[in-house]
Amino acid sequence: MNKTPLEPAESRHGQSSTADALLDAEARQLAHERSDPASPYFTGDPRARLDRRRFLLGSIAAMGAAGALPRSAHAAAPLGAVEHEVPPDASKTQGYPIDDSSYGSRSQFETEVRTRFKTATPQSSWTFTPLQNGVGIVTPSGLHFERSHAGTAVIDPGKHFLYVNGLVREPKKFSMRDIRRFPSISRIMFIECSGNGLTEWSKPTMRTVQGTHGLTSTSEWTGVPLSTILNEAGVRGNAKWLLAEGGDGAAMTRSIPMAKAMRDCFLAYGQNGEAIRPEQGYPLRLIIPGFEGNMNIKWLRRLEVSDAPFMTREETSKYTDLRPSGKAVQFSFEMEAKSVITFPSGEMMLDGPGFYEISGLAWSGRGLITRVDVSTDSGKTWRQAALQAPILPICHTRFRLPWQWDGKTAVLQSRCIDETGYQQPTLGQVIALRGLDGPLGSIYHLNAIQSWQVASDGRVSNVHDY
Amino acid sequence: MSTTTERALGAVAVALLCAANAAAEAQTPRFGLGTTPSQAELDKFFAIMPDGRGLPPGSGSVEQGKAVYEQQCAACHGPNLQGGIGDRLIGGRGTLVNNDPTKAPVKTIESYWPYATTIFDYVKRTMPFAAPDSLTDDQVYAVTAYILSEAKIVPPDTVLDAKSLAAVKMPNRDGFIADPRPEKFPPVARSPHQSLMIAPPPTAK
Repeated sequence: MNKTPLEPAESRHGQSSTADALLDAEARQLAHERSDPASPYFTGDPRARLDRRRFLLGSIAAMGAAGALPRSAHAAAPLGAVEHEVPPDASKTQGYPIDDSSYGSRSQFETEVRTRFKTATPQSSWTFTPLQNGVGIVTPSGLHFERSHAGTAVIDPGKHFLYVNGLVREPKKFSMRDIRRFPSISRIMFIECSGNGLTEWSKPTMRTVQGTHGLTSTSEWTGVPLSTILNEAGVRGNAKWLLAEGGDGAAMTRSIPMAKAMRDCFLAYGQNGEAIRPEQGYPLRLIIPGFEGNMNIKWLRRLEVSDAPFMTREETSKYTDLRPSGKAVQFSFEMEAKSVITFPSGEMMLDGPGFYEISGLAWSGRGLITRVDVSTDSGKTWRQAALQAPILPICHTRFRLPWQWDGKTAVLQSRCIDETGYQQPTLGQVIALRGLDGPLGSIYHLNAIQSWQVASDGRVSNVHDY
Repeated sequence: MSTTTERALGAVAVALLCAANAAAEAQTPRFGLGTTPSQAELDKFFAIMPDGRGLPPGSGSVEQGKAVYEQQCAACHGPNLQGGIGDRLIGGRGTLVNNDPTKAPVKTIESYWPYATTIFDYVKRTMPFAAPDSLTDDQVYAVTAYILSEAKIVPPDTVLDAKSLAAVKMPNRDGFIADPRPEKFPPVARSPHQSLMIAPPPTAK
């Protein structure tokens, strides 16, 4: 590997272990996918695509022996799947029986998983959603990215309460039964970590779209408007901010402007039609539409109304955007318009010249995506992509563009515009304006245009081209 | 127009009027759900503000804090507060102004944190990592004093309590600015030296 600008600074400041471990994890995952004939990352003999069954059994046995990838409790199945015998012709036999009661599992032929950033502890850590495998706009609940600071809290909803205190007429205590009695709302909405893409400021680092963009996910969230809950306690006239506090070991806290709290925030107990997943904050999560993921406090146990922000650790020393001037931007709440091509994307192998449907996701914390353009020539020319309905505010929006690949080197890019007229900038524009004060820049809120290079042999790479 | 519709419209008007009144009167309880928590229940919670509101009674010295640190913190944050599994806590002053993309700024409590009250709040609620919220208030005051002393922000004979902690001025107190976004990005010419930087091929170790 060539010497890169990232190395000296990182080793000096003791960050190298994190970045290296992340690359190791991605490389291990890729090595596995490379030999999976059904994977878009497959690099072996194309004829082997016909023989996927043999691969799955063989590779999983090998992985189990080497301990390379996590295994489900069931012997030979990928995570989230149950292994069944595959008949030569499913139309000539009965399938497996319908259980009297069941929860369901995915196909034994599907293997994509969240991958963890190898932080020092597995409790304060995060995982990336495999966007490269995604279709449509909704992220499966089990693949929604995670970010937790003290592991996944285990909370009995029967013993969980939400307290509201501070500048209110009457402090309140709500059981989960109380919360579910209030009028409810549902909203299909993305949540994105403001650290999404933090490795990509100064050079292309991660190889796959899971690594570069996997800290965004979309779910249907169901719950109670925050204004309903605050009205129940009676907010006093001098209230300006609201502290939200989690019930996990980090007792995670963020301050939220009262105007935002009353406008469109809600407390979610549902995700994609069932109770919210433990790692997403079961039994109750604060949802702050369009704001950085960290503010969507999980395992919510308390709301304290105040006249000023609390200046918690997560809104001072973290989640602030240091610039070369030495000044840091604080309370940079909104997740700005961003898009990425998910197919083809980093480390995939195209089968050869011919037709491909370029597909990707666009989203904006400020509202609707109104337009996505795609370039296949390094941004020299752009074509308008089709947007798949439903197009929802503050939600992943799927775009598509038909493409005839001529077999020559190409650089693929997407850029989006949201309903405020804001256009996703190039990386060059972001750096020209914000500067680059280290290998990771200002870490948070990188929303620049992503470039994927398709080489003449069909291999796709993460590149900086601006 | 049928009387039913008129009645419905009338009901809507009354509802709107009620909603307007509710807003004007700074919200009155509307559903009657939930209960009133006891003061003892609420006293389990805390959140410290920069002006010191929320700080509990108690105090701790730098010397007492050194003992707490060595027992509870050093394993993760290093014997000299230089970090390990946990974040580095001191040093880094002068590194925040930085135009060198190859050199990262060093963000620590000493160089970056704007308020000393945040140390108390964060240590009390999250530390030590294996047993969050297990330190006494005196221990939290003490270890806060020790960190601030090692960071040369307070003298080594300091004893911190609610009043003196809120009075500590951190070196980077004025280091934060409001969000300038959405930004107006200038047109940028293609930069030949940046063009087509390719991620190195993956190598599993």
